[in-house]
Amino acid sequence: MDSEFISTLFLTFKLAFTTTFLLLFIGIPVAYVLAYGNFRFKSFLETVIAMPLVLPPTVLGFYFLVFLAPDSFLGNLLDRFIGLKLVFTFEGLVLASLIYSLPFMVHPIQSGFSSVPKSLIEASYTLGKSKLTTLFRVIIPNSKPAILTGIVLSFAHTVGEFGVVLMVGGSIPGETKVASIAIYEEVEALNYDRANMYAIVLFLITFFILLTVYTINKKFLRAERL
Amino acid sequence: MIEISVRKKLKGKISEFELNIDIRIESGDFVAVFGKSGSGKTTLLKMIAGLINPDEGFINVEGEVWFDSRKKINIPPQKRRIGFVFQDYALFPNMTVEENILFAMDVKDYRSLDEILKLMEIENLRERKPETLSGGQKQRVALARALARKPKILLLDEPLSALDLETRLKLQDEIGTVHRRFNLTTIMVSHDFSEIFKLSNRVFVLSDGKVIKSGKPEDIFIQEKISGKVKFSGQVLKIEKEDVVFIVSVLVGNNVIKVVSVEDEIKDIKVGDTVLIASKAFNPFIMKV
Repeated sequence: MDSEFISTLFLTFKLAFTTTFLLLFIGIPVAYVLAYGNFRFKSFLETVIAMPLVLPPTVLGFYFLVFLAPDSFLGNLLDRFIGLKLVFTFEGLVLASLIYSLPFMVHPIQSGFSSVPKSLIEASYTLGKSKLTTLFRVIIPNSKPAILTGIVLSFAHTVGEFGVVLMVGGSIPGETKVASIAIYEEVEALNYDRANMYAIVLFLITFFILLTVYTINKKFLRAERL
Repeated sequence: MIEISVRKKLKGKISEFELNIDIRIESGDFVAVFGKSGSGKTTLLKMIAGLINPDEGFINVEGEVWFDSRKKINIPPQKRRIGFVFQDYALFPNMTVEENILFAMDVKDYRSLDEILKLMEIENLRERKPETLSGGQKQRVALARALARKPKILLLDEPLSALDLETRLKLQDEIGTVHRRFNLTTIMVSHDFSEIFKLSNRVFVLSDGKVIKSGKPEDIFIQEKISGKVKFSGQVLKIEKEDVVFIVSVLVGNNVIKVVSVEDEIKDIKVGDTVLIASKAFNPFIMKV
């Protein structure tokens, strides 16, 4: 248990927590728009959001590099005006993870929102409540299992991402080197014991997170059936 | 007075049709909207509530314009003073009975909460979540919640269709009481003849988006449909004396059958009884079961 091991794991979970936390605030409005909105470019928006599901992560990473590298227009602009470097930095990793894990947050919440009975929403309107109040007091409380699923999937997916991180972040210890990359590097260097340590920690943590979620969701569902 | 004149293209189960309705409802009326499913009844109710927008037309309530396509006025549902009772009750599963009712108030008013709970006889259910309630209890809570809004108009979308007969009869009485006590104008969508007879003073019959008949319930539904095949059981709606005989109107399934009867036969029959009508040749007689 040396410091590099700890800092790599810490970084992995810091990235996952940050990404998930931010995604929750992005995911809920996006899911709301997709679940209830009816506008012309809806299919287009849906496609864009679902793209990371099917796109090879390296493709995403590649364009990320191309458009945000310090010598690119956008990268240059961000660096000059707000001092933000997005390539080979933690911030860059967060942004890439946000895009990459977006569908994992949006899709469960969207389907959760869609399955809230329409009459509940209409009832809330007839009782004088605005759309925003309805979202917070009726739609979200009645989509808890879906939101929890979105949180967990995004978290697990961010912990497990490899291709995007490698492209965008490289492998700078303490800055961008996360556990999944560490495993790869340790195996390449034939340090199977260390690779195993990382692997076992990820395995166990992932297992217990999922176990917790399914237990909680079961409780939600049972409460609904009562 | 409520004036409704609305048009909207609707997609029915079989084909597209146009909802085209012009009606006037006096304040304090209890109006029933009757018709087959897919005839546009619920759509009409939701238009009054502001949940569905007509393509064109207007809705005026007590001198206020709620909707006018020409003047581009469309008051949102939040600002229309209505109490809407949904067919599936639409109680919020994440809130207790008390919270459901408080949710309806712009300003939490615990005194009127207590009053409403008492009136609807649901004081003991305060802390319960909707999923633990029976159908009849849910219906009471839904009605209580609608009343907590202090509405001008009560809109009921097949309020009692999912309940057993006994609960239904009890709740019919309560809806009637509530209607009178709060001085409401009530519009109820219903399939149920006995409900319409008991509660409403005016009926609109809708078919394919149009009002095909309107009037008092007895004028609409009691027709010369005396048919006597073997036997039927039904509910007595009305007993009228006519010269030396009595005309008993009996609801059988969805038909009202008029039976001519003499004083002896009906002496222990009263409105609301379940009776058997049997036909002997062409001379039906009636007896209590």
